[in-house]
This record gives sequence, C-alpha cells and structure tokens, in this order.
Amino acid sequence: MKKNTLNLAVVLIILRNIGKYMIMLRIVFSRPEKWSVFRVRLFEEIQRIGINSIPIVGVMSVFMGGVIALQTASNMDSPLLPEYTIGFITRSSTILEFSPTIMSLILAGKVGSNVASEIGTMKTTEQIDALEIMGVNSLTHLVLPKILGSVFFFPVLIIFSIGLSLVGGWLSLVMSGLASTETYILGIRSWFEFGDIVYALTKGVVFAFLIVSIASFYGYYSKGGAIDVGKSATKAVVTSSIAILIANFFLTQMILL
Amino acid sequence: MITVEGINKTFGDNHVLHDITTTFEKGKVNLIIGQSGQGKSVLTKCVVGLHDPDTGSVIYNGRNFTEMDRKEKVSVRKEIGMLFQGSALFDSMTVEDNVMFPLTMFTNMTKKEKLDRVNFCLDRVNLNETNALFPAECSGGMQKRIAIARAISMKPKYLFCDEPNSGLDPKTAIIIDNLIREITYEYDITTVVITHDMNSVIEIGDTILFIHNGRNWWEGDRTSIIKTDNPEILDFVYASDFMKEIRASMRASRS
Repeated sequence: MKKNTLNLAVVLIILRNIGKYMIMLRIVFSRPEKWSVFRVRLFEEIQRIGINSIPIVGVMSVFMGGVIALQTASNMDSPLLPEYTIGFITRSSTILEFSPTIMSLILAGKVGSNVASEIGTMKTTEQIDALEIMGVNSLTHLVLPKILGSVFFFPVLIIFSIGLSLVGGWLSLVMSGLASTETYILGIRSWFEFGDIVYALTKGVVFAFLIVSIASFYGYYSKGGAIDVGKSATKAVVTSSIAILIANFFLTQMILL
Repeated sequence: MITVEGINKTFGDNHVLHDITTTFEKGKVNLIIGQSGQGKSVLTKCVVGLHDPDTGSVIYNGRNFTEMDRKEKVSVRKEIGMLFQGSALFDSMTVEDNVMFPLTMFTNMTKKEKLDRVNFCLDRVNLNETNALFPAECSGGMQKRIAIARAISMKPKYLFCDEPNSGLDPKTAIIIDNLIREITYEYDITTVVITHDMNSVIEIGDTILFIHNGRNWWEGDRTSIIKTDNPEILDFVYASDFMKEIRASMRASRS
C-alpha cells in the first residue's frame, strides 16, 4: 500500500513537471521584446552553444571514428566479406548513430549543464526577477535564443562530426595497415542513401531542442543556492539524456522503418 | 501613489500575508520594516507582480495592477525601478551595458543618447569612469549604486529597494540611504524600501509600515516610531540589551 502511494506520488511529480515544461515552452515561444536585441542574443548563443562545442566534437569524432573502423576491421574474420565492408560499416554507424545520438549525449553533458547552471544562477541571484520587473519576458529573452541557436547549429556539428569520424576511421585503418585508402573510400560510397543524412540531421534538431529546453527548464525553476543549482544541472543532464534515448527510439521507428 | 487593498497570500499551508492594506505615498520614502520571515519581501513581490496575491488588489495611480493582463502589467513595470538585495546585476555585462540594458530594450534612443543617459545615471550615483568594469570587479557598495543607476535609467515613477543596506558597512549604508532619499525627492517618485536597519528608519523613513506575523501591525513616521509604546515595535527597535539600556536611561531622565 505504502509502495503504491509512493509510485503514485512519483507519477504525479513527473506529470506536474511535464505540465510545467509545456507551459514554459508556450511562454518561451512568444514574440521577442525587440528583434535587434534578439538577433544579438541569438548569435551569442550560437557562439556559446555551437561554436564553442566544435573542439570537443572534433576530438571525440576523430577518435570514435577510428575506434569504429578498428573494431569493425578486427571482427572481419570471414574471407567472404569484402574489405570495403569496413568503410561501409564505419560510415553507416557514424551517420545513423554515432554522430547524431552519441554526440548529442556528450553535448547533453556539456551544453545541458552549462545552460542549467547559467539560468539557475541567474534565478537564484534574482537576475531573472530583475528582467521581469523591467517588463522583459525572461523566458523568451533567455531561453528562445538558446533553443533556436542550438537547433540551427546542431546539424552543422553533426555534419562536422560525420566528416571527422570518417577521417578518423581512414587514419586508423591506413596507419594500422588493416585496409587501403581505395577500399575504405569504396566502402564509404557503397549503397549510400541521402535519406540517412536527413535522418541524422532530423535527430540532431530534435535532440538539440530537447537538451536546451530541458536544461533551461531545470535552470529556470531552480530554488535555493549553489547546491540546488548543481542539483538542477545534474537533473538537466540526466533527464535530457533519457529524453534523447527515448526520442531516438521513436524517431528510428518513424523514419527508418 | 500605490494603494494596497486587503492583500492575502498563502504558500501551501503557510498563510504569509493577512489582509494587508496600506498606501505608499508619492514623493516620499515609504519604509516596510519588521523581523525576518514576517512577510515584507512577499508583500513587495506581490506589489511589483512577482507573486500573485490570493485576494486583494494593488493600485498604481488608479490602475488596478492585479487585474491587468501580462501586456498591461509590462506597461506598468516599465515605470518601476527595483534595487534587489543582492543587486541582481547581469554579471555577463559591463557596468555600462547593465545600466543601458533597459534603454536598449524599451527605447529607440540612438547609441549616443543612451550613452549620455548611462553616464548621467552613473554620475548621479558618483560612479563615473566605471563603465568598462564588470559587476564582479566592483565592491558591494558600488554594485548597489550601479543597481540604483540601472533602476533610474528609465526615469521610473516607482522605486522599490529590497534591503538596500544589507551587507554594507555603516558608512556606505548611509551613502546608499542618502542616495535613495535624494533621488526620491529630486524626481518626485514613490519609493518603497524594505529594511531592518534602524539607522535607515530614523534617517529616511517618511512613512513606516511595520509588518508583524504577516499583518499590518503599525503605521507611522520616524518621529512616532520612537515614541510608540507598541510592544512588538519596541521589541524590534530596541532589540539589543544596549538599546534597551539607552531607552531606560532616556525614560529615567524624562521622568
């Protein structure tokens, strides 16, 4: 009986948070106070969320691409499988899963914690109240540029990640002598479908929206002091990671199958 | 003038404000005093619209603020300046950008006009040549003065100050008090100050509202607060043993 009550309470909390999140989104997507200010804010967020993420995306992509190629090559025991399969599998894994999903999970940690702690600190130091008192819609002013900036720039990061992963795969194979450049490129070009790129970019847009909106939600509704802001950042990362995995499942069902 | 009529506010089971009615007068420094946790900040947040009262209304010069929609509230809020307890300056912006922010958001002034206004406001709070600093590079007193400069940049009709002296040394606290009083008289605005500081009460309190247990317990001015026999106020004003001794000796010499 006690366990059932506890479960019900957890469900109610989740439902209440989803309701609050939806209400927040409705306010976020209001008309900005001044377009010139909004434009400046948008470019600031593209810089902070997108361009500042290029180094980590670059490093991760090169090494992950290399690892995917090496693991594929090391598992190619059958002589019936042609060597160019390594390139084909590296490309498919990268485009379908690694660059959009794994990279988004990594960015959920970097961007999500950054957004939640930034907005959470603004909340606890009354900077958000100061905006509201001035007559500024704080959610639109703070969150909308972050969401749009990430939704615009995540696809760029994904394309960048795909390119560098394939380069990483090529480097690892050539340097280890497991495959030649020609067969790797042949594998990459085999059975290529443009729809896979569309699928990857669609996932990127959805994941970008989830990461930034969920992180903003936890930041905006932070209460208390530094410890609570830290907790909000952790919740933001955990929740957005779970949301990415769930969305990934449904997007795959809808687009690929 | 701001009129508060019958405000009640609860948070869950906690009834914080009980039927508060008062008036904050134009051209005067109106103080809200009381012990911690009595509802001073909640009352102020209800007045500026950061909290919605459960019942009652707040009237700004005949305009019922509590019945307004968001758009109408925004138009009233543009007439409000607020100094927060922790200053609430935007830490990613320089001092100049902080003071300029409301002008950028709500006016069509040219860059030069905005800069002139910023320099005027900073000069008014004796902080010229701090334009390029970031809030983190400024002392607590400077941050309060920058926040005042930001609050007056839009020439507000109403100024709210939430514990403007907290965390400041007595001398800086007096400078901030004097600044608030001068600005109130100079621009003929309605100023509401929440404070615990008895120095402020005596120095700048044109009208004083004493909140106790979420109720309007007492109203008066700085002269009458010294003479009152209200036990809760005496307990607040003469909280320390030292102050109690002073009061006893004053009474003895009077008798």
